[in-house]
Amino acid sequence: MYRDTIRTFLKNYISDSINDDQDIFSGGYVNSLFATQLVLFIEENFDLTVESEDLNLDNFKSINAINFFIAAKKDGKR
Amino acid sequence: MNMQEVQKFVAERIAPAANECDRTEQFPMDLVVELAQQGWLVALADESLGGRNLDLMNFGELFELLGRGCGSVRAMVMLQNMVASLLQRWGNEEQKQKWIPGIAGGQIIAAFALSEPDVGSDALNIKASAVRSANEIKLNGKKTWITLGQIAHLFIVFARLNGKHTAFLVPRESPGLEVFPISSMLGLRAAMLAELRFKDCRIPGENIIGGIGFGLAPVGTLALNIGRYSIAWGCLGMARVCLDIAMRHVLDRQQFGTALKNFQLVQQKIADMIVSINAARYLCEAAATVGSFESRRAMMHILQAKYFATTMVARVTSDAIQLCGALGCRNETLQRLFRDAKVMEIIEGTTQIHQIKIAEFAIHEYKRKGSF
Repeated sequence: MYRDTIRTFLKNYISDSINDDQDIFSGGYVNSLFATQLVLFIEENFDLTVESEDLNLDNFKSINAINFFIAAKKDGKR
Repeated sequence: MNMQEVQKFVAERIAPAANECDRTEQFPMDLVVELAQQGWLVALADESLGGRNLDLMNFGELFELLGRGCGSVRAMVMLQNMVASLLQRWGNEEQKQKWIPGIAGGQIIAAFALSEPDVGSDALNIKASAVRSANEIKLNGKKTWITLGQIAHLFIVFARLNGKHTAFLVPRESPGLEVFPISSMLGLRAAMLAELRFKDCRIPGENIIGGIGFGLAPVGTLALNIGRYSIAWGCLGMARVCLDIAMRHVLDRQQFGTALKNFQLVQQKIADMIVSINAARYLCEAAATVGSFESRRAMMHILQAKYFATTMVARVTSDAIQLCGALGCRNETLQRLFRDAKVMEIIEGTTQIHQIKIAEFAIHEYKRKGSF
């Protein structure tokens, strides 16, 4: 649902083409400082707050994971 | 917050002790309770938590005034706000309740442990490591140049857990933690620096802030943004003290039959000092308008303010001594501010790291939008 927006955002930081399940952290596409940009992107674009308990790499590791995370937050399931 | 009252407190309680604290390399511990009573140690927090619920402009002005008083006191207040804010933002409820009231009340002095003997600017390559078992975490490695390390009760320590950058809450009494004082620094000499050595240092398994792999960002970056913001504003206060001393001198001092103020080369220095202080102030005020320490805009404004204000204060302290001549070299306050100013260009990211980050941000924005 949010994949296009996520892809557009990631293109600003990752020049290689990546598939929706590719792990951007363990794949070395971004370093751990990128997490700040990612959290800000999610909060500012989707009008939600990333909480302490949300800081799990599984929520942010790929386009699909981020998409699922945003959808779950929007649905109030997190 | 009534800034005139802050100014009065700084002038009467903080500034008079600053030179002696610098000489003796001792933090004025008797001030901690008073700083807590002012609500400054968690100044961004609600009053119910012992804070002042300050907006960013007032928060900056507080640090400008503290900068007028004593750099080490400003650093102490900054660190308490850094740690309390990152606990507030990224700590869980239990961590907030356990630590923030103590920081607010001055019973718990908190410190931030990122730098290592072999790692300064290159934070991604920290070597300190952590291993987690069922109910505890074991830390190994060294941290150095830790402000307040000699007196802190609680350290935010950055280490790699399974290779992932993670932030840990480490109480001073943790078994396996040794603290070694560092003395004879160039500036901020009352900041009680220390080296921390962790040898199978055991802490409870729940003492992680934020998630595993999120220690440097967003946890650490929030703290660094607050630190850089405080430093930028603090430089304004330091520079104003220098300007005041220099102005008094050039008005009074007679050479070649006239006051120094009448020489055009002296006027040039005065003009440059005033313009550069005001330029730094505008950047600080721009950073204060972003509303949060966490937005991309905020990071960019804070980087610019810290970069410019720290280079400005290094120049202004030097110029003030130049204008005062031998009397400037003998002036203990100018000496202290001159040495502290150099430190401001290094801590919380060197000038050069700031230049790189500002350029990277601008290039990134330009590629994305065609402007920045």
